[in-house]
Amino acid sequence: MTHLLSIADLGRDGIEEVLSVAEAFAEVERRPIPKVPTLRGRAVATLFFEESTRTRLSFETAAKRLSADVLSFSAASSSVKKGESIRDTVETIEAMGMDALIVRHASAGVPAQVSRWVRRCKVVNGGDGWHEHPTQALLDCFTVRQAKGAIEGLRVLIVGDIRHSRVARSQVLAYSALGAAVTLAAPGSLLPPSLDGWPVAVAGDLDAALPDADVVSVLRLQAERGSGAFVPSLREYAAHWGLTARRVARMHPQAVLTHPGPMIRGVEIAGDVADLPRTLATRQVTNGVAVRMAVLFLLLGGHGTTVPRAAG
Amino acid sequence: MTGLPGAGGRASDRDVGRAGAPRTLMVRGGDVVDAGGRRRADVLVEAGTVVRVGPDLAVPTGATVLDAGGCVVLPGLVDLHTHLRQPGREEAETIETGGRAAALGGFTAVVAMPNTEPAIDSAAVATEVLLLGRSAPVEVVVAGAITVGRAGERLAPMAELAALGVRIFTDDGSGLQDGGLMLRALDYARGLGVTLAQHCEDDRLVGGGSMHEGSWSSRLGIPGVPAAAEEAMVARDLALVRASGARMHFLHLSTAGSVALLRAAKAEGLPVTAEATPHHLTLTDAECAAYDPVFKVNPPLRSDRDAAALRAAVGDGTVDAVATDHAPHAPEAKDVPFDEAPPGMLGLETALAVTVAAVGLERALAAMSWHPATIAGLDDRHGGPVAAGSAANVCVFDPGARWTVDPARLASRSRNTPFAGRTLEGRVRHTITAGEPVVVDGEAQR
Repeated sequence: MTHLLSIADLGRDGIEEVLSVAEAFAEVERRPIPKVPTLRGRAVATLFFEESTRTRLSFETAAKRLSADVLSFSAASSSVKKGESIRDTVETIEAMGMDALIVRHASAGVPAQVSRWVRRCKVVNGGDGWHEHPTQALLDCFTVRQAKGAIEGLRVLIVGDIRHSRVARSQVLAYSALGAAVTLAAPGSLLPPSLDGWPVAVAGDLDAALPDADVVSVLRLQAERGSGAFVPSLREYAAHWGLTARRVARMHPQAVLTHPGPMIRGVEIAGDVADLPRTLATRQVTNGVAVRMAVLFLLLGGHGTTVPRAAG
Repeated sequence: MTGLPGAGGRASDRDVGRAGAPRTLMVRGGDVVDAGGRRRADVLVEAGTVVRVGPDLAVPTGATVLDAGGCVVLPGLVDLHTHLRQPGREEAETIETGGRAAALGGFTAVVAMPNTEPAIDSAAVATEVLLLGRSAPVEVVVAGAITVGRAGERLAPMAELAALGVRIFTDDGSGLQDGGLMLRALDYARGLGVTLAQHCEDDRLVGGGSMHEGSWSSRLGIPGVPAAAEEAMVARDLALVRASGARMHFLHLSTAGSVALLRAAKAEGLPVTAEATPHHLTLTDAECAAYDPVFKVNPPLRSDRDAAALRAAVGDGTVDAVATDHAPHAPEAKDVPFDEAPPGMLGLETALAVTVAAVGLERALAAMSWHPATIAGLDDRHGGPVAAGSAANVCVFDPGARWTVDPARLASRSRNTPFAGRTLEGRVRHTITAGEPVVVDGEAQR
């Protein structure tokens, strides 16, 4: 792996490699001292030009458990505020000897641009605009595989603000690469303008689609990005597209729910649904660390390095 | 102030025969191609005027000979849509560097767009640009703004600008959103005999879009600009032309739907003309896949189907002109996230080769020389024919020359060409502006 900019960079084999390496790291996390020396002496920087708590903490925790040095950059308190360009910021940080950059930006494509500006750093997309959030989709797949045994043949229903969702774009690529059948359910104004070439079906009626799903991926309505203006009101959205207890009752008993967080209870997911055992949100967060350890390990571990033994 | 040129100054008023520039030129060994067709002919130029055209002319003593073997000898090209960036954005382009790029591209006249800083919305700014343009190796005329500061709120002093020879008015860079004001502008322009040129984009439909809205934007997660953003304004303005009876020129049309509207309007007899750019004829939204802001432009690169419709429309004359929309931006301005980058790409030095490849030599010439010369009101001295008595504005093009576009070697101050690294077929060998050889063997002479 040169960089991880999109799920498309991995393909099915690459995704499965990440998931299997993540299994080993999930085991590390269960040890009394959940830390391995694998990346000792390596330096990882998180460059977050857009605020985030969970993704940044997850990456930083992953890097620290691999014994990498971690440098944390936040645009809010940085030279970017003083007018420095992203390119100069990236070149400056790389010049400090970084080995990997985790990049998040509100604009699609910034991690791809950064990957052209760096000389030797590996670049990981930590979420770019509406484009992709590949590690989120990987941890979703990891969590669903843990719960359901395999992804192949599953029916995945992605519900909500797909138009503005980087998570949805990565999920569509990842789930379909692994052999799941993906269906999208959203009001027309929250679907992408074109789905040409997307390996998906579209469900016009959420209630009709729910009984067929093995996995329901609930997306947040990104009200802070103006998505609220794409529906008449949050109340109407919650009534027609929110995962309420009544809707969950239509689901197959073994079907699970995922949510990338942060959840807005009462909008896309009812509070009581969020707390059901079949809602895997907390496991997703836990698994996120192991999956990001796997990504950093595969990017920085180099050839010939073996994964720490799973037993022990 | 004395000695200021009017935009309508005739070729004979220009500084021909500058110190060191030869007064007698022989363009020898090429095929002349103009609106009259193609024939083997040499071209003799004296003191800014074509004096003889015919096969195997004798070379007068002291004449400078420009070899045109294997080349076509054309009326100089006229660009209806050039951003020279001066005044205000001299880090991106100046009239000197943009003028040199134009000459290297085979142009002998360019229409400088008024979205400078300050905008060309007064006689003072227009005069400054025209004065600077006098030392350029091509004729620089200006377009004036329709509204003060291009703010879309009140009319600019169009009569004052028209008195300086300004023939085209536009708020290009953005469309004039207020339909009521546009109708008033058309009514006012009709009395002046000038042409309004519209950048058709409805701002509310553009929203925050940065590329064509379609399958690529959906996949890339880049906010899209629907084709309807352009088509809605084309349709509105055609209705306004019908209401006012005034002429209108449609800038850089980019969609199949706009072409269909234009075709119907012309069939109806409305007094409208239109242009398309070389990049919209040949590039598509797929170019945005790597998030390189060099490919961000307004209107955006559209679909294959749109590009094919534009090529067909240039081919059948529905779209009258191919204009570059040469829009230089300094490298640091483009080294930013795609959605934050300013729109625009270079065009002057690559336009002819790209357009010839897209629509063929004959259609490219009509669309880049005599049609735009007429639209800009420059047809008394640009756009041919290449015949005895006409102004010596001539381009010699080698259709077989292959070259690879190296941004670092362009004359423009900026590097944002979408054709970087591509091999083009056909290159300008010589350009003669008002009798002066300003480009010889592909090298700018000043």
